[in-house]
Amino acid sequence: MTDSNIGFDLGRILGILGDVPVQAALAPDATPTFVVGREHLSKVFELLRYEAGFETATFVTGVDHHPATPRFEVCWQFLSLAFNERVRLSTRIEADDAVVPTSTHLWPGNAFSERECYDMFGIRFEGHEDLRRLLMPEEYGHHPLRKDFPHHGIEPDRLYREWDARRRAEPADAN
Amino acid sequence: MGSLKEVEAAASEGFFATRVDALVNWGRKNSLWPMPLGLSCCGIELMAMIGPKFDISRFGAEAARFSPRQCDLMIVAGTLTWKMAEACRTIYDQMPDPKWVIAMGVCSSSGGMYDSYAVVQGVDSILPVDVYVPGCPPRPDAVIDAMLKLQKRIERESPTKRLFSGPEDVDDRGTGKRTYAPNDAVPGAIQHTGPSRAGDAQ
Repeated sequence: MTDSNIGFDLGRILGILGDVPVQAALAPDATPTFVVGREHLSKVFELLRYEAGFETATFVTGVDHHPATPRFEVCWQFLSLAFNERVRLSTRIEADDAVVPTSTHLWPGNAFSERECYDMFGIRFEGHEDLRRLLMPEEYGHHPLRKDFPHHGIEPDRLYREWDARRRAEPADAN
Repeated sequence: MGSLKEVEAAASEGFFATRVDALVNWGRKNSLWPMPLGLSCCGIELMAMIGPKFDISRFGAEAARFSPRQCDLMIVAGTLTWKMAEACRTIYDQMPDPKWVIAMGVCSSSGGMYDSYAVVQGVDSILPVDVYVPGCPPRPDAVIDAMLKLQKRIERESPTKRLFSGPEDVDDRGTGKRTYAPNDAVPGAIQHTGPSRAGDAQ
């Protein structure tokens, strides 16, 4: 990733972001990272997509800093094919208000990533059209990648046992 | 009723005397139709086993059907997740009696290396398993060995008894009695916050 960022013009991005308060840093892998407040995220998304030319979204993911506060961090990485540049966005949010704006209207490919992030961390993406769980069963009430989630899970067999009890109550259902 | 002479005469015409149990078991054990439930990498070894090199048609079990209605041997090959468990149990329920289950590989036998919230720690917590095959994945030879052991087990069954007295109640076999307390061995882990089994009052 270092190679692809040779000649990265940080000034260009900062100029486009204008008066949006961001904190620029260099990630350990030399990817430019902007720490943004949640209230400015929608604006930054639009500027990066339409003004700075980051037309490809690489990933959306969450980080759980439990027990530190603010607890969650959400990360986005975007790639510009035209400039061969990558940028990373990061924002910190509290556990009791784990909501960030969606980016799916600008990068539709982020839909699954945001669903996975919601599934694993319980971070809701406001404006996402279909924010269901991606990997875990939909009725499963816990978020496995949170730091306080036990290694062996919480009642992993609960939904199966409930289904099994219903099945036994009406045996004709199986056939 | 007839004399020995009559029996001998009948034998020369191509008849022989046997027990119904032995005859039925002979037929059953040599025509196992597997239901290949290939859930992960074990499924590849399962395909190799069915293919010409290892060739389970030598044991009459090459007719792998992809409809559970036509199968009597379920081979659970791979990692069973709790999300998949309902489908697995439904497939088992759709298979006509008599039916047998082989748990192929450590994942389906015990959860294997997936010591995790998402994986069923052994399919015997939802299904009655007849033969367990260790290995990750097991070689096709090992599964063929399991199949031969299952054939020996089928030889000892009593289909006529079952015919007259009905199938035994298999509800308890591997389906509800097994205790599931995964966090017990982990010091300091959060234990279950509620009853994990429906109807489990204790």
